[in-house]
Amino acid sequence: MDILSGFLEAMVRMACPIMLASLGALFTARSGIINFAMEGIMIMGAFFGVYGSHMTGNPWIGAVFGMLAGLAASMVLGVMSISVKVDQVVAGTGINVLFLGLTSYLFTVMYPNGQPSSVNTFPTLPIPVLSGIPVVGILFRQSLLTYLAFLLVPVIWYLLNRTTFGLCLRAVGEQPHAADSLGIHVDKMRYVAIILAGLLGGLGGAALSLGQVSVFIENMTSGRGYVAWSAVTVGKWNPFGIMGASLLFGGAEAVQLRLQAMGISLPHQFFQMLPYVLTMVVLAGVVGRTVGPKAMGKPFIKGER
Amino acid sequence: MERRKPSESPLFQQLLGLGLALLLVIVVTSVLIALSGKSPLAAFQAMIKGAFGTKNSTAETMIKTVPLLLAALGLTICYRTGLTSLGSEGQIVIGGLMATIVGIYMGGLPKPILVPLAMIAGMIGGGLWASIAGFLKAKLGVSEIINTIMLNYVATYFVSYLISSGPLQEESGFYPQSDLLSQNAWLSSILPGTRMHTGVIVAAVSVVAVYLLLWKLPLGYQMRAVGNNPIAARTNGIKVARNMVLAMVLSGVFAGLAGAIELMGIHHRLMNGFSSSYGFDAMAVALLGGLHPAGVTVAALFFGALRTGANTMQRTLQVPVSLVNVIQGLVILFVLMQAVLRSFTIKLFTSKKGAAAKEA
Repeated sequence: MDILSGFLEAMVRMACPIMLASLGALFTARSGIINFAMEGIMIMGAFFGVYGSHMTGNPWIGAVFGMLAGLAASMVLGVMSISVKVDQVVAGTGINVLFLGLTSYLFTVMYPNGQPSSVNTFPTLPIPVLSGIPVVGILFRQSLLTYLAFLLVPVIWYLLNRTTFGLCLRAVGEQPHAADSLGIHVDKMRYVAIILAGLLGGLGGAALSLGQVSVFIENMTSGRGYVAWSAVTVGKWNPFGIMGASLLFGGAEAVQLRLQAMGISLPHQFFQMLPYVLTMVVLAGVVGRTVGPKAMGKPFIKGER
Repeated sequence: MERRKPSESPLFQQLLGLGLALLLVIVVTSVLIALSGKSPLAAFQAMIKGAFGTKNSTAETMIKTVPLLLAALGLTICYRTGLTSLGSEGQIVIGGLMATIVGIYMGGLPKPILVPLAMIAGMIGGGLWASIAGFLKAKLGVSEIINTIMLNYVATYFVSYLISSGPLQEESGFYPQSDLLSQNAWLSSILPGTRMHTGVIVAAVSVVAVYLLLWKLPLGYQMRAVGNNPIAARTNGIKVARNMVLAMVLSGVFAGLAGAIELMGIHHRLMNGFSSSYGFDAMAVALLGGLHPAGVTVAALFFGALRTGANTMQRTLQVPVSLVNVIQGLVILFVLMQAVLRSFTIKLFTSKKGAAAKEA
C-alpha cells in the first residue's frame, strides 16, 4: 500500500511541471506555432523561481518571478516566429541553447558558493476529509500549485471550446487567412498565445525547482520541455488529453524514482531512459491518428497564400 | 512545416548579414560579461589568446574543431534534405561506443587496419542510430525532431549503463569508464608536442566529400530537390522517403565518425560526457556556416576557438564557461534574423543617401 501511494504521490508531483508547460504549449499549438522553446522557457522559470523565492522568502513571489522569466523567453519565440517569421523549430532550439546557457551563467555569477540556502518551497495543503482516504488520500496532500494545475485543465478546455477567444485562437491556427478576412488579428492572437505559454511554462519550471527539492541545478529540465511539447500531440491538442499524457510521463518518472528507492537490481539508467522511450513509443502510436492544427509552423503573411 | 531555403542573395549581402549578426552577438555578450563585474575587452582578449596564442592552443582549437565540423557536415546534408535533426549528440555517443568496442576487442590488429576499422564502426553505429528516427519519419510520419532529441537521452543513458555497471566497465571496476583502447587504435599526433591528431585530415577530406556529394552527385541533387520542394521532387520521380532516410543516416554517419575520432584521438577510453555536447553545438555551426561545407568549416573553427578560448577566459578571469552556450544561442537567433537585419541596414543607408541627394 505504501508503495502504491508513494508511487501515486510521485506521479502527480512529477506530472505537474510537465502539465503546466504542456497546457501553455497547447495555446501556441492551437494558434499555429510550434513551441519548441518550452525547454528554455521552463529552465528560466526554474531559475528565477528559486531566485525570487530566495530573495523574498515567499515561494509564490518566486512563482511570479518564474512566470515573468518564462514570459521573457517566450516573447523571444514570439518575435522570431510571428514578426521575423523564421523557422520555428530552429528558433526554438536557439532559444533553448541561449537560456540553458544564460541560467547556468547567472547561477554561477550570482551564487558563486553553490546553492542558495533556505529557499522556501510550496507548502503542502491537505484537503480535509479527502486526504484521509487510504492509499489515494495522498493525492489530496499536494501543494496548492498542483491543485491549480489540475484545475486549469477544465478551465482551459472551456476557454478554448466555449468562448469567442477560444474560437478565434483555433481559427487562427487552422485557417489564418480566413480568420484574417473576418477581422481577427492573426498576429495579435498568436502573441496572446505566446504570452500564455510563457506564463504557464515559467510556472511549470518553478514547479520543478520549488516543488519539493528547492534547488536549481544547471540543465535541470533535462528534456521536460520537449516532453511537454510531445504531450500536446499525444494528448490530441486537448487539455484533458494533455492531463492524461502528463500523468503518463509523470508516472514513468515516478516508476524510475520508486524502483530506484526500492533497490530493484535493474541498472538505474534503464529507468532513467523510460520517459524518453515512452515518448517515442507513444508518439509513434498516436501520430497518423490525430490531425494537428492546419497552419502549424507556417508564419502568417497577410494577403499571401 | 516551413522548410529552410538556402539564401540566394549575393555573397556580399550574406556576409553583411552575418557580420551584423556577429556584431550583435558581441554586444549582448559584452553586456553580460560587464554585468558580472568583469571587463568585456579583457575577456575577449583572454579568449583570443587562449584560442590562438601558442602552438599548443592553436592545436587545441583544431582538435575541438574536428568533431564540431564533422557533426555539422552531417547536419548540413540533413537540413538540405529538409529534415530537422537534433540528434547529433546521441549519434556521436553511439559512434564513440562502437569505436571503443572495436578498439578494445580487436586491439591485436595492426594500426593501419584497426584505425580505419574503428572509424567505420563508429560511422555504422551513428548511422544506424540515426536511422531509427529516419524510419519512424518515413514509415509512420512521426516528426524526426522529437525523436532525435529523445534518442540523445537514450544513447547517453545506455552508454552510461554500459560503463558503470555493464559489460564495458574497466577491469578494476572502480570508475564509470571503459578500459583504455588498444594503443593501435589511438590516432597519431601530426604536430609534435601537441594533441593535434590525424582526425584533422579526416575532417578536411570530409568537407570535400560532402561538397561533392551535395553539388556534384545525382544523389545530392535529389536530396536538395527533396529539401526545396518535396512535392515537386515526388512529381519528378524522386523517391522522397528513401532520400529522407538516407540523409538522416548520412548525418548519423558523420556524427558517428566525429564520436569515434574524439574517442580515438583524445580520450582513448569511453566515459560519460566524452562528447561534451559537440552534437548540440554542431547545429549552430551548420546554421552559421550557411549549410555549405566551406562556410561550415569557418564556423566550426570559430566555435572550436570559442571553446578553447573560453577555458582560458574562465581560468584567468573567472568568467563562467557557460557563457559559450549563451554566445551559441545568440548566434543561432541573430543568424536567423540576418535577413531582417540586412534589409534594415540597407534601408538605413539608402534612405540616408536619398536624404543627402535631396539636400544637394
